[in-house]
Amino acid sequence: MTALSLALPSRFQPGRIAIWLLLLAGGLVMITPLLFMFSTSLKDASEVYDLRLVPAHPTLDNYVTVLSDGRFLRWFGNSLGIATAVTLSNVFFDSLVGYTLAKFRFRGRYIVFLAILSTLMIPTEMLVIPWYVMARNFGWLDTYWGIMFPGMMTAFGTFLMKQFFETVPDDFLEAARVDGLNEFSIFWRIAMPLVTPALSALAIFTFLSNWTAFIWPLIVTTSKELYTLPVGLSSFAVESQIQWELIMTGAALATLPTLTVFLVLQRYIVRGVVMAGLKG
Amino acid sequence: MRGFRGMLLGLLVSFGAVTGAAAQTVEIEYWQYVFDARIKAMNELIKRFEAANPNIKVKHTTFPYADYQTKIAAAVPAGQGPDVVQLFYGWLDNFVAAKFIQPLPRDAFPPAMIEKEFYPIVSAMKRDGEYYGLPTAVRSLALFYNKKLFQEAGLDPAKPPATIDELLDMAKKTTKRDAAGNMLSAGITLDFPGQDYHWWRETLLRQNGGAPYSDDNRKVTYDSEAGAKSLNWYADLQRVHKVGQVGFMDEGQAAFRAGRAAMTIDGSFRLGGFGAIKAFEWGVAELPAGADGKKANFASYWVNAITAKPTGEKLEAAKKFMAFVTSPEAMQLWLETVGELPARKAAAETEKNLNHPIYGPFLKALNYSYATVFVDEMGQRQVSLDMINRVLIQNQDAKASLAEAAKAEQAILDKFYKK
Amino acid sequence: MSMPIQQETSGGRFWGGLSLRRKQVVWAWTFLAVPILFYALIRFYPTVEAFYLSTTNWNLFSKPGFVGLANFQRLWADVVFWQVFRNTVLYLAIGTPVSLILAFTIAYHLDRVRFLHGFIRALYFLPFLTTAAAMAWVWRWFYQPVPIGMINDLLSSFGLPQQPFLRSTSQALPSVLAPAIWAGLGFQVVIFLAGLRAIPNTYYEAARIDGVSNLTILRRITIPLLKPTIIFLVVFSSIGFLRIFDQVYNMTSGDPGGPLNATKPLVLMIYQTAFSSFEMGYAAAQTVVLFLVLLAVSFLQLRLLRDR
Repeated sequence: MTALSLALPSRFQPGRIAIWLLLLAGGLVMITPLLFMFSTSLKDASEVYDLRLVPAHPTLDNYVTVLSDGRFLRWFGNSLGIATAVTLSNVFFDSLVGYTLAKFRFRGRYIVFLAILSTLMIPTEMLVIPWYVMARNFGWLDTYWGIMFPGMMTAFGTFLMKQFFETVPDDFLEAARVDGLNEFSIFWRIAMPLVTPALSALAIFTFLSNWTAFIWPLIVTTSKELYTLPVGLSSFAVESQIQWELIMTGAALATLPTLTVFLVLQRYIVRGVVMAGLKG
Repeated sequence: MRGFRGMLLGLLVSFGAVTGAAAQTVEIEYWQYVFDARIKAMNELIKRFEAANPNIKVKHTTFPYADYQTKIAAAVPAGQGPDVVQLFYGWLDNFVAAKFIQPLPRDAFPPAMIEKEFYPIVSAMKRDGEYYGLPTAVRSLALFYNKKLFQEAGLDPAKPPATIDELLDMAKKTTKRDAAGNMLSAGITLDFPGQDYHWWRETLLRQNGGAPYSDDNRKVTYDSEAGAKSLNWYADLQRVHKVGQVGFMDEGQAAFRAGRAAMTIDGSFRLGGFGAIKAFEWGVAELPAGADGKKANFASYWVNAITAKPTGEKLEAAKKFMAFVTSPEAMQLWLETVGELPARKAAAETEKNLNHPIYGPFLKALNYSYATVFVDEMGQRQVSLDMINRVLIQNQDAKASLAEAAKAEQAILDKFYKK
Repeated sequence: MSMPIQQETSGGRFWGGLSLRRKQVVWAWTFLAVPILFYALIRFYPTVEAFYLSTTNWNLFSKPGFVGLANFQRLWADVVFWQVFRNTVLYLAIGTPVSLILAFTIAYHLDRVRFLHGFIRALYFLPFLTTAAAMAWVWRWFYQPVPIGMINDLLSSFGLPQQPFLRSTSQALPSVLAPAIWAGLGFQVVIFLAGLRAIPNTYYEAARIDGVSNLTILRRITIPLLKPTIIFLVVFSSIGFLRIFDQVYNMTSGDPGGPLNATKPLVLMIYQTAFSSFEMGYAAAQTVVLFLVLLAVSFLQLRLLRDR
């Protein structure tokens, strides 16, 4: 406990230690659901009632059962592919629009900005019915494109990127212009590298929200092969006829990837989320 | 250069078209909801069908039950999706009204044949003299009981309850609780969202002298003395006798499967799921008779129907496929794979089937079964769930809850028949 | 995009003010062309269509017929709608303050901790990265009665009575809300931490020299300076709670929306009306209500918080 160095004068050490312990305890409570999810995924059906955290006879049988027919891997691949594609699209288009609105002077700029910003006020749930109609008319139901199209650009990302591009000094761009670069090259080769922290923030946020997205993929997909991981898991849980050890295994599989990535890239992710949250 | 390539491409395309036409393979699509045993059975049927009809290919697509109707509604009007579709008999009116399905062609499925060979409950598929669908199999309810728990409670595992009173008595004996009074194992599962809402409506209510609907199915008639009596009897299993508890182990079937319930009421479609149980032996019995010996059961079925989509040679292929999946051969396979009962009397009531320890009780029930005519299965189900929740969660008086439910369900019926 | 590029390479060498401006304008609209098309087709047109559909009786199978405000009249008279409306407001009215106060308390204290700061922060943040649909099942399992439910097992080991949680009309809504608060808490903590870090130390030093108590520092300095952060989190989390769906859908799948609709939020009602009953017109009217509620809540919050 001696390592507990504090920012403020430490007249109340015992109190501070108590607070520290409370914070730690609270943090452990926060991850309890995750711990029990993993622990139960390692128990066999007869052990599920034994609510001990560490399984008496850990087994990977549930993982074998859940993964054996390949559908989880397929859903995993779908989610990964969809989230990646949508993220790339957002990184490109949101930046392009944000950059244009931040760095070009032209009539109508403010109106375009306001128009895009105003879409933030429209809840997705209001649009799902028209989107569904649109997807049905264009034959996009039950296709990857059908899952992706509503999210290819977001006002949130555009706004975020505009904020960041405004901090890029005009001199940089002017210099590139003098060097004879065309405007797209200036955007792509000069401006973009200057906002990489913002780009990673946008990428993390977009990826995460698409990885966990539920209602729209639920509506637009019909075949199992096209399910995303959350939708697949939800249908799997019902079909398993409430076998908790299998459901927990599925939930663990859906959660593991993001947690692993987080543990590796913790600093960047927290910074990215803060940036997206505060500037967006 | 470009011209040459274009020519080559054109040649290839037309060549493809020619060879395609020569093979003349017709592909039709079949949809049903996800249920492992049904998928397995259907895959086997398709294999046999394709072997007998080499120029027809059947694509088999499945969806989770919860989304199944949504998917059909999305696909069929858009000219996509199934040519032959499986639907719950209670959805028929909605499907006919929405023009999802077409009447069965009379040449392949003459009504006289259907009426002669199938169980009479199939008449629920008839609208204005036309049949719209035919089942492969029908199902009824039965009592599943855990022989191990019976034995532990000092009961004879060969003697399941024959009457409602015996059921209560045995449930009391098999219920297990811990020192604090928490339920560890239920005497009987209480699961209205499962099959209990059918058990109450078609069995318990009738055994108390009531009837759920008027003869023309347009009036709700369970807001009665018999209704209150039967609902109170059911609710008392939890309220008074404490032999069951709503939500115990989340679902009734889950409790039974885990060996945590001595008895559960479930359908023949559950046989496949319970077949995987290794930890204990279980048995099946006819639903217990009422105090005066009256028996009643609920039969339901899924039918196969031809959607509005296929025409021409696809329609011909769909007809062939429909005929095959409703043949006695398909029915026997369905019985052995899924555990669902043949919809043709002759295929069902063989000596062997009637004496079968598991199929027997379900088959016998078909002779005293009622198939509820639903106009909006989901809506009407919700009314039932709300009714029992008011009684068991909010301690509302059974009579008041029945009255409220009857009013709500009557509104659903009125809305439908007014159209 | 190739057109302006060619124009540039073959075009004038001299970048007079006017020509540069014109070029810039062409470039700007070129860059914006696809996005404008996207926003027009995928955001604005559907918004208008949602309003239009809300005035029709369209049920996916028929041609939509204009019915004026009949859908809204039907909503007004629908008992289930008012129950759902009440639930939605409760999700918001409980969820937002509870999660913000918790998050602020945690962040406020965590901010002064150095030892294992990153580790503890990670513990709080981890749930934010989970999938709501998956976690709903974990929580559903926690809420089961004895012998399988974790929480009831704990209660029972302390000799406390079992709680029905999801099977109760009064406890079900908070039980569904808990995982939503749980999952969002880490995000709010992290944002609060960043907000606290952004307050210059000089403010605190000055206050301390004046001998001001910690509580006064909190009330007079910290909270006022955190106002932008607080406004952002209030609006952001309110929108989240108003749109709650994933948890409810997965935690009450047998009887969707909980016993007697105890947990049903507006979005689940919209989903069921549109995609189970196919009453698209009626569902669209419900989405319009959701939109108006969202608008009103955001507007009110911004007004109230800015003025203070």
